[in-house]
Amino acid sequence: MKIVVCIKQVPDTKGGVKFNPDGTLNRAAMLTIMNPDDKAGLEAALRLKDEYGAEVTAITMGLPKAEDVLREAMAMGADKGILVTDRVLGGADTWATSQTLAGAIRNLKFDLIITGRQAIDGDTAQVGPQISEHLNIPVISYAQNIKIEGDSVIVERQYDDRYHVLKAKMPCLITALAELNEPRYMTPGGIFDACKAEITVWGRDNLIDVKDSDLGLKGSPTQIAKASDKVRKGVGEKVTLDPAEAVDYIMNKLKEKHVI
Amino acid sequence: MDFTLCKEHEMARALFKEFAENEVKPLAQEVDETEEFPRGTVVKMARSGFLGIPVPKEYGGQGCDPLTYTICVEELSKVCGTTGVIVSAHTSLCCDPIQTYGTEEQKQKYLIPLAKGEKLGAFGLTEPGAGTDAQGQQTKAVLEGDEYVLNGSKIFITNGKEADVYVVFAITGVDVDAKGRGKKRITAFIVEKGTPGFTFGTKEKKMGIRGSSTYELIFTDCRIPKENMLGAEGKGFGIAMHTLDGGRIGIAAQALGIAEGALEATIEYVKERKQFGRSIAAFQNTQFQLADMATKIEAAKLLVYKAAVAKATQKNYSFEAAQAKLYASEVAMEVTTKAVQLHGGYGYTREYDVERMMRDAKITEIYEGTSEVQRMVISGTLLK
Repeated sequence: MKIVVCIKQVPDTKGGVKFNPDGTLNRAAMLTIMNPDDKAGLEAALRLKDEYGAEVTAITMGLPKAEDVLREAMAMGADKGILVTDRVLGGADTWATSQTLAGAIRNLKFDLIITGRQAIDGDTAQVGPQISEHLNIPVISYAQNIKIEGDSVIVERQYDDRYHVLKAKMPCLITALAELNEPRYMTPGGIFDACKAEITVWGRDNLIDVKDSDLGLKGSPTQIAKASDKVRKGVGEKVTLDPAEAVDYIMNKLKEKHVI
Repeated sequence: MDFTLCKEHEMARALFKEFAENEVKPLAQEVDETEEFPRGTVVKMARSGFLGIPVPKEYGGQGCDPLTYTICVEELSKVCGTTGVIVSAHTSLCCDPIQTYGTEEQKQKYLIPLAKGEKLGAFGLTEPGAGTDAQGQQTKAVLEGDEYVLNGSKIFITNGKEADVYVVFAITGVDVDAKGRGKKRITAFIVEKGTPGFTFGTKEKKMGIRGSSTYELIFTDCRIPKENMLGAEGKGFGIAMHTLDGGRIGIAAQALGIAEGALEATIEYVKERKQFGRSIAAFQNTQFQLADMATKIEAAKLLVYKAAVAKATQKNYSFEAAQAKLYASEVAMEVTTKAVQLHGGYGYTREYDVERMMRDAKITEIYEGTSEVQRMVISGTLLK
């Protein structure tokens, strides 16, 4: 089985996001990490490799320094790393990014593509599904569990209050949630091997079936009016009741929502 | 001359640091308080390859250099001295002599599971009457047929009872020189836990590194297959000394890590602690103390890394290892003592990490050769 994992080097937003005076992200002021959802996607691929045997290729689009995130992926156990980098690809939004990655992936044989659900710097959750559209393969998003059965994948797709079990024939694309698993650490030996390994570097000329007008800043229909730090979802409803009353309350809520 | 670490070492440090922060630090206080061996952490370290860092890949290890291993012990010890010494004793004192002196069969049987972390290792040299004077040993091994019969005991054994494989030293004979003086022939053996006649005595109640399991090993007519002799018969003393040269680099790294951890905690504390209306970081005494601590730590680090590189590139590195251990351990004691002082009354309570760090630091001046032994090794080389 051949698995392609799309990963992105993102600013570490743990300590808060820093902006430039013009409202764009101040990337230089933040440390970079492997996007957490992508890391879970990579871990999922590595677990499939451990269980079923697979070749795992990590691919990223970015500046030349994004090579670091590929080496990290290889130190965790990915077999190959591909960096797609070119000046003409700069300033890409999700549309241009997905076109670029799809154009690169057309060079590869694959059974499964795994991407993270979304990157913590943009939070769009669009690139994964868009790649599947460009490649004309099925997509299952928000995976919280992945199994292989013959030539199909069986995936639990997460919702706020339930999950769906979906089956899709490979080749297909899955977007992974950080909650999917606890990613393994790199190994010291893996680090030494990854630092010696050759990273494949591709540019515009290596992209297959992609128009120039779909690439980089020119190919990006998105216009960012304003960027802001993430607004947290509400904490939900909190009530303090006696145990007996609480049970009734919860049961009524479940009935209201037709869960039971 | 370039003092920057290469990409591999920087990445490895980031890994060890992340692991230490996530997996080790949250347990450090509890491990100290309960004196419980952190088995769960050991399992996680095994999974991530931390128990065979300098062992070649063909023997189940990570195939990295001694410097990577040193950085691992340093980063673990920054947050927990106990965890640092578990890795150090296992790697330097058990994996290393088997890798260096073991037969191919011994490496296949013992080194591979040790390096993979499926088994834990320990080392037994010290006896009640034989500490610095390693020649004063009493444990005997007598050859009977195809087996050696061990009788005697070893004390202060790190990873004791928790380990599966022990490198143990015993007297196999006495050579008499021309003047009629006897010299004990010491031989090394690999002993497995569970061998009949091999039991554990009391657990030591220690001042520091309290989560590390320190036991007495007791051998009563313990029969060891002859093929478990490590290296040649009578060559054990050299094996022990060479093994301790490597071990000292591990302990130096532990001491360095403890000192660095104490400095980090102190920098954080002095910025927050207010007296006379301002943070104590604003006082010149605090600033000068921190400057001295940081400078000594940096000097220790250079000695420790130099010794680690010497282990990879030189046949003999006793001198470098002794200097690294002597200086790093004394710096650890000094820095942690100052850290407690700068924390004031709070630093004397168990609520603050520096209290534990000061207790943990003390042992680094004692085990695997006291500071006095290191001075003997260093001066011995100078006056040769």
